[in-house]
Amino acid sequence: MAPALAWLAALMVVPCALVLALAFFRRGIYGGIEYTFTLENFGLVFDPLYAGIFLNSARIAGTATLIAVVIGYAAAYAISAAPRRLQPIFLFFAVLPFWSNYLIRTYAWIVLLNREGLITQLLRWFGYTGEPPSMLYTEGAVIAGLVYNYLPFVILACYAPLSRLNPELAEASRDLGASAITTFRRVILPLTVPGIAAGAVFVFVLSIGNFVTPALLGGGRFQMIGNLVYDQFLTANDWPFGAALAMALIAIMLLVLTAQALAANRASGHTAQAGGDTDG
Amino acid sequence: MAERSPATRRALWIVLSLVFAFLYIPIAVLVALSFNEGGLPTAWSGFSLKWYVSLAGNSAILSAALNTLIVALVSTAIATLLGTLLAIGIEIRRQYGKGLEALIFAPMIIPDIVLAIALLSFFSMLNLTMGLHTIILAHVVFNLAFVCSVVRARLKSFDWSIVEASADLGASALTTFRRVTLPVIAPAVIAGALLAFTLSVDEFIIAFFTAGAGRASTTLPMQIYAMIRFGITPEINALATIVMAVSITALTLSQRLNRGVIGQ
Repeated sequence: MAPALAWLAALMVVPCALVLALAFFRRGIYGGIEYTFTLENFGLVFDPLYAGIFLNSARIAGTATLIAVVIGYAAAYAISAAPRRLQPIFLFFAVLPFWSNYLIRTYAWIVLLNREGLITQLLRWFGYTGEPPSMLYTEGAVIAGLVYNYLPFVILACYAPLSRLNPELAEASRDLGASAITTFRRVILPLTVPGIAAGAVFVFVLSIGNFVTPALLGGGRFQMIGNLVYDQFLTANDWPFGAALAMALIAIMLLVLTAQALAANRASGHTAQAGGDTDG
Repeated sequence: MAERSPATRRALWIVLSLVFAFLYIPIAVLVALSFNEGGLPTAWSGFSLKWYVSLAGNSAILSAALNTLIVALVSTAIATLLGTLLAIGIEIRRQYGKGLEALIFAPMIIPDIVLAIALLSFFSMLNLTMGLHTIILAHVVFNLAFVCSVVRARLKSFDWSIVEASADLGASALTTFRRVTLPVIAPAVIAGALLAFTLSVDEFIIAFFTAGAGRASTTLPMQIYAMIRFGITPEINALATIVMAVSITALTLSQRLNRGVIGQ
């Protein structure tokens, strides 16, 4: 036990504390670190230029999250409605792509979206003769890549509450005269919110700090927080500012996780209520 | 669930088919093109294995593959040993605090890029020359967490009275571990090791930051990243297909050994 904890302390706790400390120092004239206390790195995070990148990241991650949740929930719903014996198989194949390398899954989209890729060829086959559409190196490509990479997690997160749903609740709702849509909106959806929230938080948190997908599918034209951190450490050599950016990233993550925890608490209150209703 | 009209059922099957098409078409296209005769990466001109053959002669890729294997094997060995001991330690002393729990889960939750820059700053502050050894040190951090959680899941259903029985019968702690505890948790330990190995083979961001300069410590994902940025070649398709096949096989095996731990 002790050696493992020592390893984690030496190679995780200390380095992370170091980054936190770095954020309070000044950048040296020649790119090194000058050990004088300052808060200006954090001030710089709120500079319109960088705040804009934060907003941009949040928008891209938010859009990816929304799309992933809609597709993932629909998929999870369809799986939970399939015959019982098929469900584990569907679930397995829904997660399987996730077990391959992240870079490769992202690269697959380059193959698909490039000017002479499958989509362009399909368009040609349907009689399209104009310029190949430019799909790669767009914001849409970045979002598609993020959705593709994190979708399996949403499917898993949404499937868990859907499969545990008591079918009698939906039946009761219908017996009381509710339409299928009302039943879904008033009974099924509220009971599965914790799953949706867990999946959504996962996609958002992983997307907002991502730098590989914007670099590859956005062709470097779409800067996200992750790319900014990358640049500060490997290109601009401004480690204190990079560290401050990383801390801001962690802060956003903690904020989102806390919001989810609060929402989950409220949702479990709902569940208790729904349970009470069926008892009564 | 309640009975559904045929129309609803058809709609559900359509949703399922579309989602699976979305998940598998990109990968299928990639795999198919790796067997494409032509030099053009996107137009089909006949079946061929020549890109696999040319991979076998690409020294940069071979040395990256060797580096990856070294990093994965060494970091998996260390992480499996430490992670298993940690899991047992935690389960024996159940009164551990929330802080310890957080410490163990942290490497799974901290964004890769943050851990990567933290380790980069740390290693350079120590004036450590970076290379394969620093990648290994870094990989153990997150591998350890995964091994520990897989083994702990198994230990939850472990009957500790048999350990006591073994001690009562005069076995030393080591003998008890070797003859009683280890055989029970072995499937979980192997599953954890396979998981750690795959994660290590696939890991890119942390390796990228802790490898230091120079080609000597380039791992396969770093090589793939460089190749992708350079442009599409059929060689990447072949390499991607092999890497994908290896990861999926190892993880399927891990999943079978330890039903229900990864991805439920």
